[in-house]
Amino acid sequence: MRALPSHTVFDRGSGDPAMTLLHTAFDALLLLSMIVLAWQGVHARNMFRAVVSFMMFGLLTAVAWVRLEAPDIALAEAALGAGLTGALLLATLGRLEGDVSIERASRRAVRIPLPWAALGLVGATSLLAVALALPAPGLGGRVQEAMPAAGIDAPVTAVLLNFRSWDTLLEIAVMLLAVIALWSLGRDVLASPSRLPAPALPALVRLLFPLFILSTFYLLWRGGYGPGGAFPAGALLAAGLVLALLAGARVPKRVTGAPLRWALAAGLLAFLVVALAVMAESGVFFAYPEDYAPLLIAVVEIAAGLSIGVMLTALFLGGEPVSGDPVGGDPVGGDR
Amino acid sequence: MTDAIALFLILLGLLFFFSGTVGLLRFPDAFTRLHALSKADTLALGLVCAGLALQADDGLLRAKLLLIWLLVLISGATCSSLIARAALAHGIRPWQR
Repeated sequence: MRALPSHTVFDRGSGDPAMTLLHTAFDALLLLSMIVLAWQGVHARNMFRAVVSFMMFGLLTAVAWVRLEAPDIALAEAALGAGLTGALLLATLGRLEGDVSIERASRRAVRIPLPWAALGLVGATSLLAVALALPAPGLGGRVQEAMPAAGIDAPVTAVLLNFRSWDTLLEIAVMLLAVIALWSLGRDVLASPSRLPAPALPALVRLLFPLFILSTFYLLWRGGYGPGGAFPAGALLAAGLVLALLAGARVPKRVTGAPLRWALAAGLLAFLVVALAVMAESGVFFAYPEDYAPLLIAVVEIAAGLSIGVMLTALFLGGEPVSGDPVGGDPVGGDR
Repeated sequence: MTDAIALFLILLGLLFFFSGTVGLLRFPDAFTRLHALSKADTLALGLVCAGLALQADDGLLRAKLLLIWLLVLISGATCSSLIARAALAHGIRPWQR
């Protein structure tokens, strides 16, 4: 069984003062860069610069998670924070009409009214107080104690899909609600493929798309005993699908409609069915019987991972894809 | 001996990273900056990966390092091409003295 991330990150070069100094210097540089990028993201002169700052911030956040020895979160953050959110923001930027300069708005925003400043100060102070008051080792010890009953070897997956599966269920429900809300606004608004002939991108996607699928299933499988699981796998799947869309692929006709809706709902459905089914056995919502726990967790994990990938891609599409789009036939490449 | 070669490769890689970054900061337009950055960084990453592979314990780790370099090689080249095309499409003319 893999041990929970230790809380001794900052003295990992134990014994060697030079390594400790190097780690401290790296962490300080990382923190400083993140603060500068966050500031740029809010106060940049134009929106494009703000979006790029935000994406860089996401990338450095992933590095920070690596430094905190949380590779699961680092994976998800790199795929979501730097990749998908960036793609969503850039796509939105492309759809905005006219001047996207926010010079005036940002200059006005600098003058924060006094009550808000005071409230913000109080909020920040109380957050700091709470952070300091929290017990240092967190819940790691209690998770470790409960691991034998989890039915799975990976602590992070055990927390997400067993100990606090109720939270994860609601997270997936919220994502599905977001997709439904988006679909109610209209059909997909994905811009037509770039007017420029860019032969390199479809070629790259043809090469990489199988690798995206392979890595998705690898992460799903690996979630059972190490860093991986539904969220990083789903994010990676979505990244591959979004890349294919950017390269000119369109949602195939035979997928729109019922198959797509089932794929979107599969995660939540599997979660609910499992939660209710075990209730028949144990009488408690989500109380997995220990014998079946590994199987049930695997089912939920695979369904949730695939659904998360499809939901994120649906969010990027910006609306329900309607059959009758110009479809090239093959999933990658399309018409040009 | 192996360690010395590994150290040499990694330091050489760092030198290329440094020169690529200097090019990014000093060159006059998007195209010349891409020219400096994409080639220097790709070579630099290859050298660093080669140096690390020399110090790796097993073949699997070496294969992973090679795969990382290949993936960055392909995607980096594609990204540079896309950025250059996007710059052309937005009417940025290549710099001329």
